[in-house]
Amino acid sequence: MSQAVLAPINSASSPAVAFRTLLAKEMLRFWKVSFQTIAAPVLTSVLYLLVFGQVLATHVEAFPGVSYVAFLIPGLVMMSVLQNAFANSSSSLIQSKIMGSLVFVLLPPFSHWQIFGAYVLASIVRGLAVGVGVFVVASAFGAPTFEAPLWILVFALAGSAMLGGLGIIAGIWADKFDQLAAFQNFVVMPATFLAGVFYSVHGLSPFWQAVSHLNPFFYMIDGFRYGFFAQSDVSPWISLGVVAAALFATSAVALHLLARGYKLRH
Amino acid sequence: MTAAIQVNSVSKRYGSLVALDAIDLRVEPGEFFGLLGPNGAGKTTLISIIAGLVRASSGDIRIMGHDVVDDFRAARLSVGVVPQELAFDPFFTVRETLTFQSGYFGLRDNGAWLDEVLDNLGLTSRADTNTRALSGGMKRRLLVAQALVHKPPVIVLDEPTAGVDVELRQTLWQFVRRLNREGHTIVLTTHYLEEAQALCGRIAMLKGGRVIALDTTRALLSRLAGLQLTMRPRGTPPASVFAHRIDERDGVLTLRLANANDVARVLADCAAAGCEVEDLEVGQADLEDVFLQIMSDRPARRSGFVNA
Repeated sequence: MSQAVLAPINSASSPAVAFRTLLAKEMLRFWKVSFQTIAAPVLTSVLYLLVFGQVLATHVEAFPGVSYVAFLIPGLVMMSVLQNAFANSSSSLIQSKIMGSLVFVLLPPFSHWQIFGAYVLASIVRGLAVGVGVFVVASAFGAPTFEAPLWILVFALAGSAMLGGLGIIAGIWADKFDQLAAFQNFVVMPATFLAGVFYSVHGLSPFWQAVSHLNPFFYMIDGFRYGFFAQSDVSPWISLGVVAAALFATSAVALHLLARGYKLRH
Repeated sequence: MTAAIQVNSVSKRYGSLVALDAIDLRVEPGEFFGLLGPNGAGKTTLISIIAGLVRASSGDIRIMGHDVVDDFRAARLSVGVVPQELAFDPFFTVRETLTFQSGYFGLRDNGAWLDEVLDNLGLTSRADTNTRALSGGMKRRLLVAQALVHKPPVIVLDEPTAGVDVELRQTLWQFVRRLNREGHTIVLTTHYLEEAQALCGRIAMLKGGRVIALDTTRALLSRLAGLQLTMRPRGTPPASVFAHRIDERDGVLTLRLANANDVARVLADCAAAGCEVEDLEVGQADLEDVFLQIMSDRPARRSGFVNA
């Protein structure tokens, strides 16, 4: 029997190449089904805009000097960004867990940071792609202004990153599609829907205002909207603080689960 | 020399279930090593710990000297694992799948080796086919190919031939044998014991999470000395012949005999009793016999027959 010891490949292996490959694969995954992952959510948001924009335009007072449709557009854009960022990492994980193909990510020498980074970045890209799509189509109905564009970018990035991390947590936790669907329908959907997408929380009763202020999604949408109108329910700095704290917390939990191998390397 | 795989007192418990019970094992570089045992013996659990897919409850494993937990990067670069479960990513073609897998190991410009793997596993004509459209056997080949993208010095195959046709088995073993000749260490689990007998230089047998036999294949085979004789008697053989019986079904009688003289004696006894013999076959004990003997808790069969 041969006693030859093969040369180790370690020197040829680059962690940067590994990371970029995983990121590319996660992006290609949704891009290959972009009709479903980008076009469909854009259409949903435009339907919201058509229906609510028509029905509520004369009933809801948002910000002074801002039409209801213009007010609604940033809310719908951010809601799409958040929901799709969540959907990307969570559905990728649950699908590959159930198909068994997650093993192809668990066998290579990825660190938990690399896996976290690739899934979150892909979520951000998907969230922003849908957000831009919604914005472009919705602008046909009344383009909002860009008073403070840097805030738009900051909240879009931080919000989609946080939801990407939350998607990792949910995707790791769920063993079945319906558990993930429950997380999406009973946590993510209500939290984004009730975060002031369709209304300004100033129009709510004090009790529901207080409840809204406990919802981190409210700050994402409020801060994001500030970038368009330089008006918001709370200061964008407060929103930024809340969103940063939420981003830090979800990232810490997601990284901890990945490092421990919770439900992945049992 | 550094072991290809060094398993030190590895245990794995799932609640009260003990899947692995303080396993010690050392596989040398360049070996073709078999890991055999009934379902639930702990083979896949052991392989999963080697692969980093499962964490040991206690003990440690080193691959080419690299701890699979503390030095996981170097350990995982050193081992390629073919999992037992048939898995595939339905979004991609065969070549995309391999290019991604190669990239996951941090390698680029690896196309020449990937082409070689595709060619050797008979996948070249399917390179641009979506994995969803592959037959079960083709998916199995792709699974083997994915384990080889980083040309790992240690290759672990967990039942690679479960449910695959003869052609794939031959293609696969031809390739794996070649890799072994080129210096790759091979660890194999299989339920086809004739495969293990033909391929493996050394074999460990697991049962209930413990290693109950560990020896060269040749030494294991020599544990069951003697011959096995099957025949179809026309009439009733005498009692002296029945004394050697180990099996009888559908009119076919299987006897365990010590040597060729015993064979002559059995045939003479049958002839003397006026019992004709058809479909006579004499063979050596094979790994399956050894396996069954080791796995059974009863005293070794050999003492019951050969010394009778």
